[in-house]
Amino acid sequence: MLEKALHGGKIYWIWVLVLLAGIGIGLSAYLYQLREGLWVTGMSRNVSWGFYISQFTFLVGVAASVLMVVLPLYLHNFKAFGQIVALGQFLTVGALIMSLLFIFSDVGMPMRIFNVPLYPTPWSMLFYDTVFLPGFLMLNLIIGWVALGAEKRDVPPARWLRVLICVSIPWAVVMHTVTAFIFAGTPGRGFWMTAIMAPRFLVTAFAAGPALLIILSTLLKAVARFQVGEAAIQKLITIMFYALIIDAFFLGVEYYTAFYSHVPAYTETFRYLFFGIGKNRALVPWYWAMNGAIVAAIALLALPGTRNSRPRLLATCIIALAGLWIDKGFVLVPAAFIPNVFGRVTEYPPSWVELTLSAGIYCLGTLVITALYKVAVSVRRERMENPPGSTSPAERPGAGQVPLFR
Amino acid sequence: MTLSRRKFLKAVATSTLAVAVIPGDSQGFELKGRMSPSPKALKAKRWGMVVDMSRCRDDCAGDCIAACHEVHNVPFIPEPDHEVMWLFQEPYANAFPDQSHGLVARRSDGWKFLLMCNHCNDPPCVRACPTQATFKREEDGIVMMDYHRCIGCRFCMAACPYGSRSFNFRDPRPFIKKINPDYPTRRKGVVEKCNFCQERLEVGRMPACVEACKEGVLTFGDLDDPASEVSRLLSEKPHTRRKPDLGTGPSVYYIL
Amino acid sequence: MFNRRWVISGIIIFAAAAAFPFYWHAVGPHAPFPELELPTKEKKCIESVEYMRTNHMRLLDVWRNAVVRDNLFIYTASDGKQYEMNLHRTCMGCHKSRERFCKRCHDYNDVAPPCWDCHFAPSEVRKTRSAGTGTGTGKSNVHPVARKGEPS
Repeated sequence: MLEKALHGGKIYWIWVLVLLAGIGIGLSAYLYQLREGLWVTGMSRNVSWGFYISQFTFLVGVAASVLMVVLPLYLHNFKAFGQIVALGQFLTVGALIMSLLFIFSDVGMPMRIFNVPLYPTPWSMLFYDTVFLPGFLMLNLIIGWVALGAEKRDVPPARWLRVLICVSIPWAVVMHTVTAFIFAGTPGRGFWMTAIMAPRFLVTAFAAGPALLIILSTLLKAVARFQVGEAAIQKLITIMFYALIIDAFFLGVEYYTAFYSHVPAYTETFRYLFFGIGKNRALVPWYWAMNGAIVAAIALLALPGTRNSRPRLLATCIIALAGLWIDKGFVLVPAAFIPNVFGRVTEYPPSWVELTLSAGIYCLGTLVITALYKVAVSVRRERMENPPGSTSPAERPGAGQVPLFR
Repeated sequence: MTLSRRKFLKAVATSTLAVAVIPGDSQGFELKGRMSPSPKALKAKRWGMVVDMSRCRDDCAGDCIAACHEVHNVPFIPEPDHEVMWLFQEPYANAFPDQSHGLVARRSDGWKFLLMCNHCNDPPCVRACPTQATFKREEDGIVMMDYHRCIGCRFCMAACPYGSRSFNFRDPRPFIKKINPDYPTRRKGVVEKCNFCQERLEVGRMPACVEACKEGVLTFGDLDDPASEVSRLLSEKPHTRRKPDLGTGPSVYYIL
Repeated sequence: MFNRRWVISGIIIFAAAAAFPFYWHAVGPHAPFPELELPTKEKKCIESVEYMRTNHMRLLDVWRNAVVRDNLFIYTASDGKQYEMNLHRTCMGCHKSRERFCKRCHDYNDVAPPCWDCHFAPSEVRKTRSAGTGTGTGKSNVHPVARKGEPS
């Protein structure tokens, strides 16, 4: 089926070329960083983790969010998700490839990265990430691909696929919880060491994923005339809505605990984020924007007209995604180092190297997603145009997706 | 010959996998000789450092830091963002941010404290490290760095509540003024920190900072030995440790 | 067979390209076997020449883990003599020059072990000494306490 990614119209190839150019520029930034050392980034002895780890965190969340599509379809027989589940799974594949590349770009000795699987360390959360991420990548790639292949041949997928689907469900939760545990287990960083870190990670993932899927589905409908079905979009909106509400509640709970307790270990970083400390205010506008975006997205979704107005829905999804990205993909990681363990403030501006390299990695992930989406869209379009049996596939939106329990 | 593309790809993948799992040649290597520990090594059940701040003079030139950094080829990087420090000074308010208040020590310079890796009893950095590049030696409590294994992920730096660790953001060699050829440097991309002069203890010598200090500020010894100098000091004088409420069990004590 | 011309000629070209290195080695000029500057002090290494030639990298690997991770120090060779497991003092103590000993075989075999990123060869130390960027006083390794960023 991969050959379908190699045939496309002019727009497709122009898009691929743009992405390839982006990858090339990112690669040259990476080679520069490799040669010079990580001093070309904005990271410092005080803020030792920055933009790369932030992107890794956000993208693992996007990857785990496929659960929001897989669970209703396979466990609860919500057939409306039949067409979109492949999009979710392929989005996961791209997101995980990017996550792993971000980790690779961040470590000081990337040529030694195999030391992690060679010397397994079961008490280290970072070790578990190197197990869970590639595993989830393979799971979703195989499940999505095999299901798509079965759909192409108009046969139910092999029975062993059901086992993989069953495994992928808790895997998603554990994978993102372990990512949260990287941060939540560190003593001395009050901003991170909170029990609500793992719940917040999951809930922000479950909001970001559907938002992204809605945007991508709209894009595919415009560019490739590919429909996932209005019922799927509506359900995704509901999921996103409640996930955002729960996230807002969790944030509120965090703010209360920090500010009411007056314990400096917990308040200082939030004080820096909301009001700045002394002259250091770089993240203040970002943090207010993030909180504003979450609230605005909830308000927009609560209004009756948003669900049915595609432009308003898209705007809402973009606002929500912006807020969620600022939260996990920009603020969360560096803020724990501010103030540092000595009580000093060292701010962290990402350097052009970091931003260029990150853009390159995003281009690579987008290329993977583009290719996989092209395959999915082409397979389904061919089925639409040459229906294999008497019943048109459009009438069976769940075709090829096996329910787990008949 | 009806070989489908799919069958061909499967055959290639399977044969690649089969070849890839053939074990490498280093499996068959047998060491001809035997290895043993150093007979001259200083031994302790738990090494600890007592820093007597009442003896530490403000106008001291910092012989301890100079000695440590010279012996271990620690680079001097002028950019504060990328500095590498094994032994360093911080004012009291920064060394003990959880205990500082306006009335603390009415010394004009803010009372500079000598800080280093605390070689904790329950080190969070060891729990964090995904490759066991940093590990705690059970026989004497020193938290070691294996620079050959470190992948430079800096998780240990995030986990350390004391800011003891430094990352080599750039190649350190141009920044080392005087090379000590008896000790290696590190390279860009690995994390480093004070190692309680493990290589000197091995040959029966005291840590470089302890030997260099002429005021007797630093005392190094076995915390688990009631007859050691450090135990005596700790039993006689009131002392504190950095952030003890975190449960890390630091081995560096400060007499105020 | 479809496209018989292209397939057969493609196979021939590929076979020729793959076989070329073997042909070149048979008839072409050979790189001379490296001439190593042998140590003057000692006549014997810690083990036999054949063993060291084949296994010195594995030996150093074992030593590395033993010294750093297992707190070992002394190596008792197969002939009973004891040596310190120390690249600089034991190995480079006799093989003083990296350029005229280690590097020659490594270059011949196109091997670039990363040991030298951190470890020193005596001949190198003289070079690195002059390349340091000093900043004036001898105590410049002591860091000034004041630095950027405000206390909270």
